[in-house]
Amino acid sequence: MIADFFFVLFAVMAIGGATAMVFARNPLASLLYLVMAFFALSGIFVLLDAHFIAAVNLIVYAGAILVLFLFVIMLLNLGQTEKTDLRGPVYRMIGIAVAGAFFGLLLVMLRGGHATSMAGGMGQATIDAMLETQGAVGVVAEPMFRSYLVPFEITSLLLLVAIVGAIVLARRKAP
Amino acid sequence: MEIETYTLILSALLFAIGTAGVLLRRNAIIMFMCIELMLNSVNLTLVVFSRSLGIEAQVFVFFVMAVAAAEAAVGLAIIIAIFRHYELVDVDRFNLLKW
Repeated sequence: MIADFFFVLFAVMAIGGATAMVFARNPLASLLYLVMAFFALSGIFVLLDAHFIAAVNLIVYAGAILVLFLFVIMLLNLGQTEKTDLRGPVYRMIGIAVAGAFFGLLLVMLRGGHATSMAGGMGQATIDAMLETQGAVGVVAEPMFRSYLVPFEITSLLLLVAIVGAIVLARRKAP
Repeated sequence: MEIETYTLILSALLFAIGTAGVLLRRNAIIMFMCIELMLNSVNLTLVVFSRSLGIEAQVFVFFVMAVAAAEAAVGLAIIIAIFRHYELVDVDRFNLLKW
């Protein structure tokens, strides 16, 4: 089936991009691999019928946050590193073992809780009907502006604090 | 198995790769990028569960993105401030709590 093909394609792109990001020598290459992984993740969001989240993921994550990283890497002139900043072989083995153990733990949790949580699901027909009547944006907007209006407004406060904090921290000290 | 199960496994794998990146790299900016990857893998989990437990989970994805944007802005500002002081971004060399 075509959806399965695209799922495998995007999953391989996401995992490959993430792995290449961890092991790439140049920070700029690392960042571009991460952008590739985020594009693939947006494709998977589309396959899961979350079209609005897919668009926001591309615009906000790949388009804004990662470009901010790009600006900082270029501003600090970190693009031409000749030796890698990966840790030594002993530390590398320990790190990969810890991450693998964590992945195993997540899989165990998945086996334990997944079957029960999916049983009472909405089903593909319900999701299609909701997208049909409310639209891809309306489906997210309705709970956001009805049930979660106060958290949404507090988010704007958080962003204001972040803007002020970033300016205060990155400003040059007055001579 | 359905696509949901495979997506949850993918999300767990991406989170583990992000963890490995934070543990393995010394460059503070790349550690930040790994944290962004971990946040996005959690977003993937939330979207999967929005299919079974209600569409409200996608609202939380929105909040996670807002927090990620704030965290990236403040974190990168801190990295720039540290770079002005030490001329490097290697986390092993930041060993003094003196300004």
